[in-house]
Formats: sequence, C-alpha cells, structure tokens
Amino acid sequence: MIEKMIAATMIGAWLVISAAAAADEIVITQKGKVFSEKKVTLQVGDTISFVNDDESTHNVYSRSKGHKFDIGAQRPGTAISHQFNKAGKVKVRCAIHPRMKVTVFVE
Amino acid sequence: MNGPSLKFAIVLGCILGFSAYSLAESSSNQAERKGKDDQVVVLKAGYERPTEIPFPEDNPFSAAKAELGKTLYFDPRLSRSNMQSCASCHSPSFAWGDGLAKGVGDHMHELGRRSPTILNAAWSEVLMWDGRFDTLEEQALGPIEADVEMNMPLDELIAKLSKIEGYRELFAAAFQGDRDITADKIAMAIATYERTIVSGEAPFDRWVNADRQALSTSAERGFELFNGKARCAACHSGWRFTDDSFHDIGLADDDLGRGTEFPGILKMQHAFKTPGLRNIDQRAPYMHDGSLATLAEVVEHYDGGGIRRPSLSDEMKPLDLTKQEKRDLVAFMESLTSDDEPVTYVQLPR
Repeated sequence: MIEKMIAATMIGAWLVISAAAAADEIVITQKGKVFSEKKVTLQVGDTISFVNDDESTHNVYSRSKGHKFDIGAQRPGTAISHQFNKAGKVKVRCAIHPRMKVTVFVE
Repeated sequence: MNGPSLKFAIVLGCILGFSAYSLAESSSNQAERKGKDDQVVVLKAGYERPTEIPFPEDNPFSAAKAELGKTLYFDPRLSRSNMQSCASCHSPSFAWGDGLAKGVGDHMHELGRRSPTILNAAWSEVLMWDGRFDTLEEQALGPIEADVEMNMPLDELIAKLSKIEGYRELFAAAFQGDRDITADKIAMAIATYERTIVSGEAPFDRWVNADRQALSTSAERGFELFNGKARCAACHSGWRFTDDSFHDIGLADDDLGRGTEFPGILKMQHAFKTPGLRNIDQRAPYMHDGSLATLAEVVEHYDGGGIRRPSLSDEMKPLDLTKQEKRDLVAFMESLTSDDEPVTYVQLPR
C-alpha cells in the first residue's frame, strides 16, 4: 500500500516537473515603439517576457475576453513576464502607444 | 612696381578676392539650400497618403453594407428621443464633428468632451478621446447605448428597426439575403460607412507631390517649423498627422482621460489621444475640452508648454516661437484642408 502511495506521489511529482519543464518562455522586445513580433503561438502555461529596450516608458495590456491583463507602467530597461493560462486569441497592445501590438495565439 | 601698375594690381587683387569670396559664399549657400531641400524631401516622404482604405477581414467592404451604414448613420431613430443620429455630433457640415466645445446628448445634456471628428477613422488604432474602444465596430454601438448620449438599449433598437420593412430589405442586401437585424450587423454597417469617410487631397498633398506652388512661402516655413523647432511632428506625425498615442498636453481641466482606464501609468493621467489634423481649420473649437477657439490659440498653448505636472508629456516644452513663426504654423495647418465633394443625404426607410 505504502509502496503504491510512494509510486503515485513520484508519478505526480514527475508530471508536475514535466509540465513545468515543458512550459516555455518567449522574449518579445519593445524597441522603436514596436514589438519585435506581430504574431506568436504559445502553449497554455507558456510565458512571454516583455523587454523594454526603448527610451520611453511602455505598457502591455489586453482587453480580449477572458484574457484581460495590464502590467502597468514599464520603464525602459526592464522586463516583465506574463503567463498565458488559457487557450484563445489574445490581442496585446501598449496603452500609451496603441500602434504597438502583437497577437498571441494560445493553444 | 610703378604707381599705376601698383594700383592696377590692388584693384585686380580686390576683384579676384571678392569674386572668390562670392563664389565660396554662393557655393556654401547652395550647399546649405540643397541640404535643406534634401531634408524637406525626406520629411515629405513621411506624409504620403495611402492608396486604399483598410477594411478588416471580418468586416470587408461592400457597397450595400456601406449604403445601409450610411442610412443608419443619418437616422435619428437610432436614439431614444428619435431626434439624434450619429450625424448630430459627427456632421459632414462640421468636418464630421459638431462645431461645439462639448458634445450634446439625450435631453440636451452637455457631455464631458468635444465630439471628435470621424474623418479618416478607418486608420485609427483605438477610438474615442480615451481610446476605450479597439475597433470602429465596438465604437459604433457605444454612443447609441450610452444613457447620456443616444440612450437607446440595443434590444429596443433592434425591435424598432425590425418593424421598418425598408430596413429589413437594406439588411438583406448587405448581409447575403439575411433580413434579420442584429446589433453586430448594425455595428458592421455603420463602421463600414465610417471607413469610407476620408479627407480628400489638400494643397499640402499637392505640394508633397511636387507642386511647388501649392503652398504659400509662409505655409512652407510652417512645415519646417512643424517638423523642427515647434516639435509638432513628435506626436502629429504621418499623413493623418497623429501617432495614435496618448499625451497629457497640460490643459487646465480635471478630466483624467486615458488615466481613468490605466490608473497605474502616471503619464496617462490627463492624457488624450492625439487628434489628426486633416481639415483642422474646419474643426474649431479645439482640444478634447473645446477650450481653445482658434488655431492661433492652439499654437499659443503649445508655445507656453502647458501646465507643469508629473503627467505632462515629455514632448511638451516651451517653444519660444516668434510672432511670424506662429503665423507660419497656422498657415501650414490651413493647407491641410481638402475641398471635398458635398455629402448627399439619404432617404430614410419608413
């Protein structure tokens, strides 16, 4: 019985570790008031690290239904990560410079 | 060297020296002029007009849809009072605004901000002074539903329009024979019509396309100031003269603008979307609050640099413009107005 419990626990732990290892991080830079990517495809649980390589403050937000987020003010030289936990199409923009946009497809 | 020869040598030396100086000066002036001309050519390239209107993939253009949209746009029955249409606040007679300092809604209620023009809205990244809508389709329904504006719940509007046979026919023509009226279809039709409202060719466009006579010398100087000392092009860039971004330009009112939606971004406090400048001399009064009556007052405001506060845009700095430079800037902005064909009214279905 105890052996079975240990085995189950180990399998559970392995699954969690595998999932964590499988989760990916993509880097998108903000430079010249544009995102370095226009479209990206991710898996559920993946993260995007937004890196402000510009001289002005930026922001990253989405109003897409079920995917709303807003990272607030992002100063030059900083990186902020956002995890995408739900499948769907997420339209992401900068609130200060709305021409900066990237569409994230989460599968 | 005897006397006459010495005199001759001195005179000849002076003539040669002066000629050499004049040639050098003239060559330097020419080089400077050429440099300036080259700079203007580069600047002009940033103002070339697009060749076609962008329509989104999920709402492509059709003539029938634009016709339906135009009919809806001019129909006051889209308001609860049956007295206000989209065109009440965005009228072709007022360069697609209303000529008022603040908009007017249901029961003649004064709204908080000036009615923005819808001219060239097809290219807008986000809509409204505070950018709260991402698409024209979303925006089209906003004022209809807003209780302070047209005050018309969409379910009631659909029921109202569905009783008008002429509308069912127009919807059928626009949407592959489907006579059902829905909120989405209303939005798609109005947005399609709005995208067709584009400012025509202005003297400035002819000048960009090499017609040197199209602008006065004052307006030409104004263009250089606009892109140089006056720093206008830092935000009013491209053929529509907007960066589609948000800036606090230091006006004295309490409206937080974009800051209401994004309270975590200091620079968005009192920030509003940069308006385009096409047909701008037809669009007084100016600013989101309609607080400035003339373009000359607008230039004065920017010359002063606006109210100093933490949210003030980094682009806002006192300019120290001369009186002539201010006149030149106004002359340039006046060259952005197109001589468009009058808009024909529509016969509303009954």
